[in-house]
Amino acid sequence: MALQVEDLRVHYRTTKGDVHALDGVSFSLEDGEIVGLAGESGCGKTTLGKSLIRLDGRMRHVGGSAVLDGDELPIGDDRAMNARRWKEVSIIPQYSMSALNPTRKIGKMTAELLRARGKSYRSLKGELVRRLELVGLSEKVLDNYPIELSGGMKQRVVMVLSTLLDPSLLIADEVTSALDVTNQKAVAETLVKFRDMGFVKSMIVVTHDLSLVYQIADTIMVMYAGRIVEKSPAETIIKAPKHPYTKALIGALPEVGLEYGDERLKSIPGKPPHLLEPPTGCRFRDRCPLASEECFQEPPKVVVDEGHEVACWKAEV
Amino acid sequence: MSAEAVLQTETVGKRNEHLYFALRNPKVAIGMSVVLLLLLAGLVGPLFISADPMEYIGPKSEAPSADYWFGTTYFGQDVFAQFVHGLRSSYLVGALGGGIAFVIGLTVGFTAGYRGGLVDEFLNMITNVVLVLPALAVLIVISSYLEVRGVVTQAVIIGLFSWPWVARAVRAQTFTLRNRDYVDLARLTGKRAPQIIMREIMPNMASYLLMSMILLFGGAILFAAMLDFIGLGPSNAVSLGTMMQQSMAWSSLHLGTWWWFVPPGLAITAIVGALYITNVGLDEVFNPKLREM
Amino acid sequence: MGRYFRRKLLIYGLTFVIAVSINFAVPRLMPGDPVARMLTRNSVSNPESSEAMRSYFDNVFGFDVPVWQQYLNYWAALFKGDLGVSVYAFPASVSSVVLDALPYTLALLLPSILLSWVVGNALGAKAARNKLLDNGVLPIGYILTAVPYMWLAILLAWLFGIILGWFPVAGGYSFALTPNFSWPFIVDLLHHWVLPFLSLFIVALGGWAIGMRNLVIYELESDYSNYLQALGAPTRLIRRYAFRNAVLPQITGLALQLGVVVGGALVTEVVFAYPGLGSLLLNAVTNQDFFLLQGILLFIVIGVLLFNFLADVVYVLVDPRTRLGLEGGQS
Repeated sequence: MALQVEDLRVHYRTTKGDVHALDGVSFSLEDGEIVGLAGESGCGKTTLGKSLIRLDGRMRHVGGSAVLDGDELPIGDDRAMNARRWKEVSIIPQYSMSALNPTRKIGKMTAELLRARGKSYRSLKGELVRRLELVGLSEKVLDNYPIELSGGMKQRVVMVLSTLLDPSLLIADEVTSALDVTNQKAVAETLVKFRDMGFVKSMIVVTHDLSLVYQIADTIMVMYAGRIVEKSPAETIIKAPKHPYTKALIGALPEVGLEYGDERLKSIPGKPPHLLEPPTGCRFRDRCPLASEECFQEPPKVVVDEGHEVACWKAEV
Repeated sequence: MSAEAVLQTETVGKRNEHLYFALRNPKVAIGMSVVLLLLLAGLVGPLFISADPMEYIGPKSEAPSADYWFGTTYFGQDVFAQFVHGLRSSYLVGALGGGIAFVIGLTVGFTAGYRGGLVDEFLNMITNVVLVLPALAVLIVISSYLEVRGVVTQAVIIGLFSWPWVARAVRAQTFTLRNRDYVDLARLTGKRAPQIIMREIMPNMASYLLMSMILLFGGAILFAAMLDFIGLGPSNAVSLGTMMQQSMAWSSLHLGTWWWFVPPGLAITAIVGALYITNVGLDEVFNPKLREM
Repeated sequence: MGRYFRRKLLIYGLTFVIAVSINFAVPRLMPGDPVARMLTRNSVSNPESSEAMRSYFDNVFGFDVPVWQQYLNYWAALFKGDLGVSVYAFPASVSSVVLDALPYTLALLLPSILLSWVVGNALGAKAARNKLLDNGVLPIGYILTAVPYMWLAILLAWLFGIILGWFPVAGGYSFALTPNFSWPFIVDLLHHWVLPFLSLFIVALGGWAIGMRNLVIYELESDYSNYLQALGAPTRLIRRYAFRNAVLPQITGLALQLGVVVGGALVTEVVFAYPGLGSLLLNAVTNQDFFLLQGILLFIVIGVLLFNFLADVVYVLVDPRTRLGLEGGQS
């Protein structure tokens, strides 16, 4: 098992109080698994991605653990995390277009970064060039400044750079949201290729675009208001969702929704709850068409099928 | 319509929130207090002290005392009387000079940014020219030709030469705002350019405009003080700059009459410094990210 | 890149033309006749100078030719280096009087500008990553940017010159000495130079420190800094990048601030009676020596434009984005 996350809790500090961005998240990831992490914006999916590699200034690790390849990740300890970053956990950030220092040639920046991490640029350069060519870039980009590359090229450079040290876990954070449809597909395929070629062992693909992640993920997790509400093989989530929120999310999806034939696009009425003081019981209750008395209690985690878990009172086994 | 109503209540809420945080921000509170206190001194002071600050009323070069709070000049003028009158001129120059620069900068910036094309090329060129022109040197030449110089004339010529950076910034921001959806919408509904600029674009950079106005105000005061010090101050009024000039001209340094040159410089530093600090505070208010740090 | 420089040069050329035109127009637009006023005033006190003025005046300003011809004559005289004759330093020409004073001003300006830029940037960059230092640098920096140049000069002169008596407070060198290349004279020169230099240096310091602090903080929060942090880059590397990228706008800032610093140098010289352009300017103003005044303006404009161009060249050399000509178009 590559990654085992237990009851992870991360809070966001604001002037109004702590926002419970991750409120008891548990899941595991197999070697070679690509898991898609979906949900509306503000549900905590980006926080989950960040907390596995680097909490930003206002995030606080409150509880829970993450074990990667048998070693616990020191999530709350920025300094101790540093040794694990890039080599064991890596990220392709949302902002790939601006992730490279604009005043350094890409090759020079890579060399300086590698040297700072105690690696030799010279011995890794061959591999770097090979991987750049794999994504359709020539060695010449190393002599370019970021501004000389197109958005798609920068994205590919960042993908190669992030995975250069063959990390166990890669977090791809909304990597396709800034791209057009053709590029989206290419990037998604590249992610799969990286996994297949062993550049990364397992991968968490954070996205709000279910239809895209469906094409590449083995497993999909759906988050709502700081918690995972449903986890199952990708096919199952789309074809036979159990949680009312997942169903609504699928219903709100144009492309995949079409596969259902007469299933029409419908948006989910209402807004997710505020996470300053999260409500007790099921958090989707207020927007849920099926909500009843029992939903005021914490919903149970129901295993409906092998690898298919739902946190809902209404999930019939 | 309902969406518009929601939008409006949201901006109102935001404004109230800004005011709330502005009043609670210590930098804004301290800065504004200093500025207002000295303004009050400049407004009220002259009413209670002799109307003519140039009048020879007492002993010469006397140190501060209960009678003459800031002492007297080489000629026996009351330094405190000159000081409060000088404050008045400084605020006037700041408000008027800064105001003129603000209006010009805004007009040029909005026009260039909104119209684009050749108009923009032309205005941008002028802006860049005035930007590299060493303003003080030009002001010196112009003022020296004036036979009679007043606070107002001084403020006007200062205003005429200190607008370019505002124009530049406003132009850049207008560029990014003019293609937003709500601006397009306003254009489609047939609103005219000035109306769109006033109603749709300006409110979205209000915080920035307020802060530039404050900087221009402070800048005009400093400019005026330098002109006054070279002897190009108002010929009919006292200013903080002319006080320093006079004290140097009548060898205050060697006579040790420090009370003549310390208060005016200190007042300028206090006003301008307080304005800058207010600006830092406002920045924290308008950028919640800074507020939370 | 070619486009970038062509554009810059066009702006500088235009600025020069406008400065000269202001010089030409101001005396003609002002109410009354200031030139005639100056001449009558001087014919009483100094008939000889008046005569020289009159001939230059007739030559260039002659009112019997149309305005456009006057304007052309003005440019023609300018290109011959003829800026007229100084009234107050008669019979010296304006150019020679200005050139005599120029070295003093440059000796004050160049070291104080460059040093305050370097020290201010270093200080600001340090403050950006040290809360304790930041709490000191920020308020002091803001106060310094608010201090009128001449007031700090006066305070320094009073404290170190009069009260402590460490430094002289007037002149470029002692009256007892004649300028020559001997040690005593050079030491004396430096002795007089310290206070005015220090004054300019200190006032300018605050602005650079604050600017650099804000820029470094901005760079440290930028996407590329975040990415480097996520890849476990050491703080040292991230700060080095942030500093380097933050310096770039400060180079442009140096050029833009120049006009203000030159103004500061003028009033500082006045305080210390330092024999540079500032003191010359004061003399020109008090003596209503308009030709000298305009000559000084012209020299300042040329100096500022040259310096701006230099800053542009440096900027292009250090910023790949401009060098690649992809972003350099707009200025």
